[in-house]
Amino acid sequence: MKELICIVCPKGCHLRVDEENGYKVTGNSCPKGADYGYKELTHPTRVITSTVKIHGGIHHRLPVKTSCDIPKDKIFDVVRLLDNVEVESPVHKGDIVIENILNTGANIIATRNM
Amino acid sequence: MQYDLVVVGGGPAGLAAALSAHENGVNSILIIERDRELGGILNQCIHNGFGLHYFKEELTGPEYALRFIDMLQNTGIDIKLGTMVLDIAEDRTIQAMNSVDGYMMIKTKAIVLAMGCRERTRGAIAIPGDRPSGIFTAGAAQRYLNMEGYMVGKRVLILGSGDIGLIMARRMTLEGAKVLAVVELMPYSNGLNRNIVQCLQDYDIPLYLSHTITDIQGHKRVEKAIVSKVDANRKPIPGTEIEFDCDTILLSVGLIPENELSRGVGIQIDPRTNGPVVFENMETSLEGVFACGNVVHVHDLVDFVTQESMRAGKAAAQYILGDTPNQKNLITVKNGSHVNYTVPQYIRPDHVEKLVEVFFRVDNVYSNMRIVVASGGQELCSFKREHMAPGEMEKIVVPKKFLDEAKQAEITIAVVNQEEAK
Repeated sequence: MKELICIVCPKGCHLRVDEENGYKVTGNSCPKGADYGYKELTHPTRVITSTVKIHGGIHHRLPVKTSCDIPKDKIFDVVRLLDNVEVESPVHKGDIVIENILNTGANIIATRNM
Repeated sequence: MQYDLVVVGGGPAGLAAALSAHENGVNSILIIERDRELGGILNQCIHNGFGLHYFKEELTGPEYALRFIDMLQNTGIDIKLGTMVLDIAEDRTIQAMNSVDGYMMIKTKAIVLAMGCRERTRGAIAIPGDRPSGIFTAGAAQRYLNMEGYMVGKRVLILGSGDIGLIMARRMTLEGAKVLAVVELMPYSNGLNRNIVQCLQDYDIPLYLSHTITDIQGHKRVEKAIVSKVDANRKPIPGTEIEFDCDTILLSVGLIPENELSRGVGIQIDPRTNGPVVFENMETSLEGVFACGNVVHVHDLVDFVTQESMRAGKAAAQYILGDTPNQKNLITVKNGSHVNYTVPQYIRPDHVEKLVEVFFRVDNVYSNMRIVVASGGQELCSFKREHMAPGEMEKIVVPKKFLDEAKQAEITIAVVNQEEAK
């Protein structure tokens, strides 16, 4: 039995996941918590947010995120790849900055207009 | 210059209030914002987790702001950016200035105050030691990193485990810094549990509860910080010192509502919240002036700021359109045991349609408690809570019929053990 705090929403439910019985989740208040409990113990993932350099915008950095969650062990490889990325203004929210980053199936997308 | 409604501040509170006033029939609206763009603090909060309540989906700060900025399109709401409000007079005349229009006198029927809050600094908590560079409030560091493109340090110690401190621990780590520890004076974190997990545990960053910084050393730049354990009275215990070799210290030690303008015009301020005293519809002690968001009391989630601001905007619209009922009765809301403050502080039952929402914070971590609403020693209604903490704002919804039952002109909100006799 493994105890986890659910990170799906600000409520932070205390989950108990039974690894020996098909990862049955208790303590969750919604179905998303059950999915999280199973995923967290089998193949944990996160949505990653960061910034890239932008030229010609009103700020020097453009905020970006992964379009879906990516494996936890790829997080640092992904953010290091963003270090050398530069884009030109104008950019619109949802524009793809990098496609299918590190074969995760996730795109790096802009999260605002600039 | 003449408007029906002027909103001071173009962050999440101001945007929601302006939109809500517009939806409720006000067409002549001006938003005044001192920054170069709308969105307020959301623009530097590039992490996700916003909007789960209001939009039922997970957005980043800039995405949440953009939803509201997009909704302003075609509303005819005027916006003045880069504009500072200098003064508000009792007759609601606003003095403001910017580099395009110069000095402006603006007349308006109603005002919504949505100036937000400001970070507490090192001076406010009096950390002893040298005064080298490398000490930032967490929000200032967040702006440098996420918008201006400056990395503020390499070996970082964070004081305060509120959400901004936790978010910055992860953010600095992802940008290549080593975050040595997060240090918290209290025996519990004021941050959300999910942020302890996804910002600290995910990156093996230690959290020192019941600890504080007792010395900062360094000539030009921070070189060292001394952290000590504190006793139950939050006094450092000699002999418990831990030395951290760091070049940067981030302070996440609380937020203070920004009320220079409110104080200037003589609006009554609640010393418990540092924000204006408000009625059930977010009207302040000055008729026709409303307030919402972090300028009233510091919120945990922007979604709740939006909801509160929608109510303020609607109330401002009702006031402007002359749709405000007579106010005969006034109920004072008092905080009872374990409750630090309430918002609103006053309720006018004649203004309440069906129910009134009361927000408050508790003074410690509790489990299996009951929130009791009472008047003159008589219980009106109660609400059960499994878990309560100072970092989580509480909300109760009190139906109007209970207000009508109140025997005295005041009600008390108290938190008691579930077993305690009624």
